[in-house]
Amino acid sequence: MAKSVKIYSTLTCPHCIRAKQFLKENNIQFEDYDVSLDQSRAQEMINKSGQMGVPVLDIEGEVIVGFDKDRIKRVLGI
Amino acid sequence: MNLKLIIYNSALLTMIYDLIIIGAGPAGITASVYAARLGLKFLVITKDIGGQAAASGDVENYTGYQFITGPELAAKFEEHLRKFSIELRENEAVIDIKKDDGGIISVKSEKNNYFARAAIVASGKRSRMLNVPGEIEFKNRGLTYCAICDGPLFKGKDVAVIGGGNSALDAVLQLIRIAKRIYIVNIASDFTADKTMLEEVKIAKNVTALHNAKVSAIIGDKFVKAIKLDIQGIDKEISVEGVFVEIGLIPNSEFAPIVARNKHNEIKIDSYNRSDAAGIFAAGDVTDVAEKQIIIAAGEGAKAALSVFKYLAQPGKLTNSGAVRYS
Repeated sequence: MAKSVKIYSTLTCPHCIRAKQFLKENNIQFEDYDVSLDQSRAQEMINKSGQMGVPVLDIEGEVIVGFDKDRIKRVLGI
Repeated sequence: MNLKLIIYNSALLTMIYDLIIIGAGPAGITASVYAARLGLKFLVITKDIGGQAAASGDVENYTGYQFITGPELAAKFEEHLRKFSIELRENEAVIDIKKDDGGIISVKSEKNNYFARAAIVASGKRSRMLNVPGEIEFKNRGLTYCAICDGPLFKGKDVAVIGGGNSALDAVLQLIRIAKRIYIVNIASDFTADKTMLEEVKIAKNVTALHNAKVSAIIGDKFVKAIKLDIQGIDKEISVEGVFVEIGLIPNSEFAPIVARNKHNEIKIDSYNRSDAAGIFAAGDVTDVAEKQIIIAAGEGAKAALSVFKYLAQPGKLTNSGAVRYS
């Protein structure tokens, strides 16, 4: 079964754009939260990751800060 | 048999590339595309793909694209790079580059040693740090070097932008509509940014400029709460939740003390992208090339690869500057 993938991002953040591109290229479905518009999601991201940088990915509870392609691949098993 | 010979022999047994390209920003990627088309046996070692271009905002001066975002342009570069089946070591930082008596260049990364007959250093630049207490501790906990990335997270908050040049004022302009109050902390007595930007900043009602102000510490608990300033000998503390450090860039040239660098630590190159060490070339923002632009870095990468090709064909001839004829 496909893993649940959440990405906390902003529209202007280059690494967010690259991360989302990467997920799309690999046919990974994800939920995208724009933390510049949604303050409660922004707080959720800060609580989960303990920091304020974007993007943050939550893959089945595993939190990845930044567009760490190797780790994303490993966690997704791709 | 001495140790050096053993090492050299094992190098021969592993692989000696024609070329090692260090970095995969606009310069390194363009050099790679040229090297691939020239049929060189080469390796690319890089920390990331796209370099500073991938973290740039809107690009409106790269010929052929009237408008493209930095990440989109970087993605185009990457697509072009991956069109060729090249050897690419991603997420790997180079820590040393040397030349042995036989002229073979050895490149040491965090993970491995590699050998080649030529190298192109295209490792770019990175944000300059403040080097004050709290900076490392609060990185991504309110302190950031990327306003375009993290700016929107500071909606309705008080923030400080450190710097007085174009990149600082660019960050301020991005934050004007997001943050509640913006303090610009400028170490000099006036801004060095472009007039048009300054005029836009001047009419904003939520911006306070502090000149002759030096950051002495970043303070907080889990996240940033304030910054400490030294304004002409007087200590001042300002409550902010965000700190945007925009005090310029420094070249990633620390691993290459073997080549001559200028006072800014940029690698000195000639018009063929040669450093002062035969076989070691450099391109893009890490060099003393006159302007730092994506399109210039890309062009410099192309030039460097062409020079390497000619150097490999006739190393003796190319080291004789002036005697070389380029087609």
